[in-house]
Order: sequence, then structure tokens, then C-alpha cells
Amino acid sequence: MNLLNCKDCLKEISSYLDGEMEPDLKRHLEEHLSLCHHCQVVFDSARKTIELYCDGRLFPLPLEVRDRLHRALRRRWEEKAS
Amino acid sequence: MTESSPVVPRKDDSVLVTEAKAGNYAAFEALVSRYEKKIYRLGLNLTGNPEDAEDVLQEAFLKAFAHLAEFREDARFYTWLVRIAINEGLMKLRKRRSDKAVPIEDAVGEEGEIIPREFTDWKPNPEQLYAQGEMETILQNAAQGLSPGFRAVFLLRDVEGLSTEETAQLLNLTEGAVKARLFRARLQLREGLSKVFKRG
Ligand SMILES: [Zn+2]
Repeated sequence: MNLLNCKDCLKEISSYLDGEMEPDLKRHLEEHLSLCHHCQVVFDSARKTIELYCDGRLFPLPLEVRDRLHRALRRRWEEKAS
Repeated sequence: MTESSPVVPRKDDSVLVTEAKAGNYAAFEALVSRYEKKIYRLGLNLTGNPEDAEDVLQEAFLKAFAHLAEFREDARFYTWLVRIAINEGLMKLRKRRSDKAVPIEDAVGEEGEIIPREFTDWKPNPEQLYAQGEMETILQNAAQGLSPGFRAVFLLRDVEGLSTEETAQLLNLTEGAVKARLFRARLQLREGLSKVFKRG
């Protein structure tokens, strides 16, 4: 038997999220997660955290900001061309 | 919101870069349109305010334009652009902090242990429970709780999808330091968001 405790499990949470883990350790970790609600919650909410920051619907580029950007670039391009 | 749906087959970045280098403004503009949203979001999440995010956006593309001739075409254009943008953003933060003489890196260092304290399940689909603006504020507040060096690692790795190696190069860190920071950043953000999203 080679059971992980919570501390060891949490230490590996980040590598597990990245899928970078040797198969043996991964198996032990998944075993622990299936039995330990605390660690499961930490893992699920960490994954959800990443998903939320990646949500493409949030933080849209305001139209006027886009306009100013394209005007500035166009101006710079024309300066260079002339 | 969907990414702009291409009517014409999408050209590779490298093709657009070559055309832009040859003086085709439409090609450069196509590159800008492809990545402006992501760069703006990166600036916003890094600096925490819309004015700085707009500066980061403009400076990043103006610099990309100014240095386009030096861009090596075997590199990834987006990674190159992100490098410029993140440097602009970090520079802004340094300037802002120089008044207060707070170093950009926090004093805790990489090893400081993060011990999760919130073990309550989250409400299902928190993104559906909040208006867009509320959700953005919640995420921004949590991100601003991280020191900039940790925030940058999180944004590059988890949001922009850069590899550990790319992130390490870009921020002048070892790969081990990138991993350690990412670990802490993820857990710290999770901890902050848990206070808002927990069931109960
Ligand atoms: Zn556990």
C-alpha cells in the first residue's frame, strides 16, 4: 500500500492539472481524490478557476479602444510609408 | 461571443507576417484583429485597470509594428507579441509601484507554502450566477491579490497557453520557478474565488 496523505496530494495538484505526472503517482493521486472530499474540492475549484480566467466572453475589447488602436497604427504606418 | 468567423480561408500568421513585412497594411491589420482581444484581456488582467490595459494594447502593437523586420519567421508571432505585451505591462506596474518603493516580486519567495483553507464545494456554474461585469470584478480582484510576478506566470501559462519553457524564457526564470509560481498562483486564486463561489 502506498497511500498519499492530503499534504502530498495537494502538493501534486498543479502537476496533475498539467497532466504531467508519472503513471504510478497519478494512480495514487486519483485514488486519494476519489476518497477525499477536501482534496477533490481543491482540485475541482482550481480547475474551475483556470476555466473562468480563460472564458472568452469576459473582458471584451471596447469598440472605442479598438478604434483608437487601429487609428494609431494606421497613422504610424503612414508616417513610415511617407 | 465567437471569434470572427472567417469567410475566406484563414491565412497562417507566418503568411500574414511575410505580407506585412513586404508592406501590406491589410495583412498587418489582420494580425492585429486576430489578437487584439487577447492582448487587451492580458493587459487588463495584468494591470487591473482599463487605462493601463489600453496602453499595453497600443504599445504592444506599435512596438510589434516597429520591430516587425526583426521578427524571425520561424518563431510564433503570438508568443512574440505576448512577450512584448507582458513586458509593457510589467513595466507599467513597476512605474506605478516605484512611488511606494514596493518591489515587483513579493518578499515571500517561491517556497512559501500555500495551505488551502476553503474546502467547501463551489456553487455549480458560478459564471451563470453573476452578471458579466460582476464576474469580471470578482476575477480582477482575485488576480490583483497576487504579486505581479506570480500573476504574469498564471496569465502566460494558464490563459495564454504558453509552455513552461516559453514562460521561463520570457520572464527570465528557471522552469522550476515557473512551476512553483504557477502552483502558488493557482491555489491563491482558487482560495480567493472560493470565498465568493462557495455553497452556503
Ligand atoms: Zn485529501
